[in-house]
Amino acid sequence: MGLIAREIERAGIPTLSMSSAWDITFAVRPPRAVFVNFPLNHQTGKANDPGLQRRILLDALRAFEVLWAPGMLLTLPYVWDPDDAGWEEKDWGPGFELYGVGEAMQEGFAERKLGRAQA
Amino acid sequence: MPISYIARTRERYAGHLPYKWAVNTEAPWTPLLKPIKECRLALVSSGGFYLKTQPPFQDDDTSYRTIPVGTPLKELRIHHHGYRDADVDLDPNCVFPLDRLRELEAAGALGALVDPALSYVMVYSARREREERAPKMVAELKAAGAEAALLVPV
Repeated sequence: MGLIAREIERAGIPTLSMSSAWDITFAVRPPRAVFVNFPLNHQTGKANDPGLQRRILLDALRAFEVLWAPGMLLTLPYVWDPDDAGWEEKDWGPGFELYGVGEAMQEGFAERKLGRAQA
Repeated sequence: MPISYIARTRERYAGHLPYKWAVNTEAPWTPLLKPIKECRLALVSSGGFYLKTQPPFQDDDTSYRTIPVGTPLKELRIHHHGYRDADVDLDPNCVFPLDRLRELEAAGALGALVDPALSYVMVYSARREREERAPKMVAELKAAGAEAALLVPV
């Protein structure tokens, strides 16, 4: 997504990118980025934890104002689980199952899950 | 300790041609000329979110979807070829924080949330991301009066 951030910035709109993949973001180098060391798909916090989501977003917006040189990547001090870093061994590793590939399955899954979230 | 996602991706797709990650040693820059609490801020997501009334994404698709910022999150659908997590189905705010940004707008932490938010799914060609997708999204953001953009990948 850093590629898109760079093009938006180049077109005159300042950007801030949220990242949970430090190595990819460092390589692609969007103009401004903050790193949150959470599993992929949790760049703005844990599910159903609005307080945490709000704090992370407020930090990100603050970083937007204070990052002052092109390509800066700031690590935010959030820890997924202070007692267990085991997720780091598993996320996107061997045997890590992807799902949601394929429209029919996707649609059915989203309907079911989002419906339950609403209840 | 941050995970080496590039190494894990190469391992995971060892049977395919290795994906060539873009490596840039410098970045473009547009100064932020006023505080965020005075800016019109746009949300841009690569999470493959779309409305059930919109066409779903296709494979190798450089289009994007406009998501009105007042959309109830239960109206969202997701199409993503590479990665999803059940948490996003439970609460899209963990990677598409529309509810939180609306609250921050109401609290005055940002000037205004640009309507609509934008969402897409990446393709594997960096050139097509730059040359096909980016110009359309830039035009959309400018037409919506965006003064700053928050980008959230998956």
